[in-house]
Amino acid sequence: MVCESWKAQLDTYVDGEVPHEEMRTFDAHVRNCPSCSADALSRVQLKRAIQVAGKRFTPSAEFRKRMQQSIASRPRRSFRMGWMLAAAAAVVVVAGTLTSTHLGSRPARDQVFSEIADLHVATLASSSPVDVISTDRHTVKPWFQGKIPFAFNLPELQNSQFSLLGGRMTYLEQAPGAHLIYDVRKHHISVFIFQERSLPAGLSDSALQPGKLSFNMETWSRGGLRYFVISDASAADIDSLAKLFKAAS
Amino acid sequence: MDLSGANLQLDSFEELAIPLFDQLYNFAHWLTQNRDEAEDLVQETYVKALKGFPSFQLGTNFRAWIYRILRNTFLTSRKGLKVTMTVPLDFDGDEEGPEPAIEHDTPETILLTRSSHEALQSAIDELPVHFREILLLCEVEEMSYQEISETLSVPIGTVMSRLSRARRALRNQLLPHLRQGAGQRIARGTNHGV
Repeated sequence: MVCESWKAQLDTYVDGEVPHEEMRTFDAHVRNCPSCSADALSRVQLKRAIQVAGKRFTPSAEFRKRMQQSIASRPRRSFRMGWMLAAAAAVVVVAGTLTSTHLGSRPARDQVFSEIADLHVATLASSSPVDVISTDRHTVKPWFQGKIPFAFNLPELQNSQFSLLGGRMTYLEQAPGAHLIYDVRKHHISVFIFQERSLPAGLSDSALQPGKLSFNMETWSRGGLRYFVISDASAADIDSLAKLFKAAS
Repeated sequence: MDLSGANLQLDSFEELAIPLFDQLYNFAHWLTQNRDEAEDLVQETYVKALKGFPSFQLGTNFRAWIYRILRNTFLTSRKGLKVTMTVPLDFDGDEEGPEPAIEHDTPETILLTRSSHEALQSAIDELPVHFREILLLCEVEEMSYQEISETLSVPIGTVMSRLSRARRALRNQLLPHLRQGAGQRIARGTNHGV
């Protein structure tokens, strides 16, 4: 049987736990071996499915309330107060979202950021988040040829804390774009690239937290392309990856 | 339960523990397979964590620490003792050989892309508790091997071999459903591209 030694480590590989110095060799093998490639894909799909299926149980409102009351020892920063504030904030966000959507007064910029957050979340919840699976930028970048009407550069990640998981096509405001997914310490980071001209005007370069979902995001424009980097990873991680992209473009 | 008398660094405890409340409950429910018992387990975990918080070193891994408390509390409960008694002594034994290849002709990916969530949840439910917990920590909680090692108090090598066995056991649990599902699709003529 071929590939036994590789297959013995495939779980470690898809878990992102292969030592950094061995990752390139492993990538190269998986890319060139149809059997290991398909096997890795199956394992990734199973991981994603377990991740979704495993988020199954939520505490009842009554239990939550009981715990809040139990832990609330100091009114100043009690558990109960925290939850009440969180609930109040949630109500404000939901009400604000509904109102602004209903009235059509939500700025186009916020709408784009919200859609970016939705794309990020929906992709990660998918059982097959990427259409091209590779940690090699020289495999991922050419995959987009003929699929999107522009070209872009991907950064070299050697000696960085990031690893590329793959990519897929995506759409924003009915315009095609590239969606890359990176990994940093088990956090997934989405990088979206679109043509600036296909997006609403007024998307200034900034680092921000797109509100209700508590993700960190950074966006900038370069060479006619608009980049978005979004994740639940720290703002510092987002910024580090953004800098690598800026240096590559 | 009354935690209000505890004169501890409550601000820090709240900041660290409250965001994990939903996740801890989910994990507890998977372990106990019962809502009431899950609530008792989470409650007891918080009591123990709050009491032990002065000994917790800020800056170390709080998540692994509180999950370890929850798990140990479960394992010493009546139900925990009962389920661990049914675990074979050699479940962490030597590997039986290299990890077999996934047979691509088996409709594993069909299950995962087309259906049932519920079948997968049932299969996880039916796993022995040591397999169930490590799968959940890795896939749902997205813990690194190091964090899992700290949570379960086992070496990283054991984490790797146990995870591998857990995944194999899960696939075996899924196979009957997969065969049944594939048969039904064929019978309905909806076996597109399989």
